[in-house]
Amino acid sequence: MSDTLDKNKLKTKGSCMAEEPRIGVFVCDCGSNIAGHLDCPDVAEFVKSLPHVVYSKENLYTCSEAGIVEIKKAIIEQKLNRVVVASCSPRTHHPLFASSCAEAGLNPYLFEMVNIRDQCSWVHMGNREKATQKAKNLIRMGVAKAAGLEPQKEIESSLIRKILVIGGGIAGLSAAQALADMDLEIILAEKQSQLGGLLTKVHALETGGTAQARLDKIITDVNLRPNVTCYTQSVLKETSGYIGNFEVTLQTPDGLVTEKVGAIVVATGAVPFIPEGLFGYGNPGASSVITLMELEQKFKQGVLDTPDFNPKRVVFIQCVGARNKTREYCSRICCMIAVKNAMLVKEKFPLADVRVLYRDMQMYGAQKEQMLWDARGKGVRFDVYDPETPPKVTDGQIEFFQTVTGKTLSLDTDLIVLSTPLIPGSSAGQLANLLRVPTDQNGFFLEAHAKLRPLDFAADGIFVAGSGRYPATATESRTQGIGVASRVAAILFKEKLIKSAIVAKINPDSCVGCMACLSMCPYGAIAYNRALRVCEINEILCKGCGNCAATCPSHSALLAGYKPGQLLAQIGAA
Amino acid sequence: MTTDILVLGGGIAGIQSSLDLAEMGFKVHLVESLPSIGGKMAQLDKTFPTNDCAI
Repeated sequence: MSDTLDKNKLKTKGSCMAEEPRIGVFVCDCGSNIAGHLDCPDVAEFVKSLPHVVYSKENLYTCSEAGIVEIKKAIIEQKLNRVVVASCSPRTHHPLFASSCAEAGLNPYLFEMVNIRDQCSWVHMGNREKATQKAKNLIRMGVAKAAGLEPQKEIESSLIRKILVIGGGIAGLSAAQALADMDLEIILAEKQSQLGGLLTKVHALETGGTAQARLDKIITDVNLRPNVTCYTQSVLKETSGYIGNFEVTLQTPDGLVTEKVGAIVVATGAVPFIPEGLFGYGNPGASSVITLMELEQKFKQGVLDTPDFNPKRVVFIQCVGARNKTREYCSRICCMIAVKNAMLVKEKFPLADVRVLYRDMQMYGAQKEQMLWDARGKGVRFDVYDPETPPKVTDGQIEFFQTVTGKTLSLDTDLIVLSTPLIPGSSAGQLANLLRVPTDQNGFFLEAHAKLRPLDFAADGIFVAGSGRYPATATESRTQGIGVASRVAAILFKEKLIKSAIVAKINPDSCVGCMACLSMCPYGAIAYNRALRVCEINEILCKGCGNCAATCPSHSALLAGYKPGQLLAQIGAA
Repeated sequence: MTTDILVLGGGIAGIQSSLDLAEMGFKVHLVESLPSIGGKMAQLDKTFPTNDCAI
């Protein structure tokens, strides 16, 4: 922690407004990525002629340890008060170079980056002369902007070490457990009257044991934790604030409860699709057509052991209401659930004909492929069907085209089980609006990045776990719940929140309160102050996109580091 | 108790674990058997569905 504090001290140092700019420029070869397509030594030499540039250096890789050392050394030895690196994309390397400047005592906001790779060498391969000229132009613009940069102080705010977990299914429970282990305080809000979510309806786990036994263990543990407060039959009603400092209001059976929390975890899960009208489901007299989840519930109630249940033929139909034009996605867990239950039936009634009609079998994960072979070994039959010619279900009968024999089979059945996908719960959209987080085309919550930030929302301090994002097995939901705890802890274990100073400010003296900026802000960071009749920006919510600055008719909204003077200098040098 | 953490494997899982743990304030030792970290993902060009450059 002391390291961070020292660094912060340095970061706020270096007010050099009064000083003459002394700019150091580092031209990166990026191996052959840049140097292979333009003349880097020539560019580095040219740079020396630019105003305020007192030092210029060409590096093989500026981002390498040697390159970073050279920047730091030059800041100290050449008394640089501005640094420009001409290399790759600021999206990937700006943070590295800016923090390296800070380590050498230079305010990191006095660093400017010029992209001569993605925007120059890579797009002008084979045109060395023109690429070299363009690199010079780009750097001249960057240097002009750098000369006008101002030091900034990073924004600090406090953190509340309390988390709201919405949803008490396996994902939410696991997140609560893991966060409780870290001695953080948790508010767990569950819409239903009991904890456990979808798993309360499930009979056996494919990994062995019953779902209820596994759940009971976790629920008991969560209930015993003094730092977890559970609210059942409760939903989120209102929310305001920002990362580290949310204010949330829950509608509970005992009235409204308001809490302050530092982070919010969305673990609201999903619900099985009810296939009304498909394959005779819901038709009067078609009681032998049920959904996979209804089968789970029947088994949980002990139907397997009752003398009335003695099926001669059970047929599972996969992808019912899924992978079609309305619901394009694969719910992916239904294959495993169907195979698990087909095996249960076959074990109990070895003479029964148990079939799975499928389009493609989705058996992913450790040992699941083996499970499919085990099912075949036990005598469960698998028949592929074409979505263009789906099986026909009439009272107590199923007719389908069997691809391997080329014949249409018509079979009497005792039970037809429809495997339907998990779909977002009815209130998912409402919650998304409340939290201002996006959903995908199917209504599932959408994470910040499909690969790199699978548990984060783009909105800071709000996270997602479990089937609310995409249909997940109990194991996956638990993994995500535990994972989300780590994402939350990475924020809440800090002493305070530090965020970039590149935010917009509105000058209250010139703002006329037209609110043009209000609708342009994608982060809800601007509010209208009725008393003063001006718009105001919440600097914690502001992400520095600059929409307000570009919109403001009176130029009252200014984005730090991108003020009109700085940008005009850059354009003027073009 | 020593609170330093050893992470074996510098692929995307090991790197993300190390970053999160470092964010929490722990000192992390990330060990990779190959000359550079990044694992399988470092060998990819673009990744589905965002078309991001994997590296």
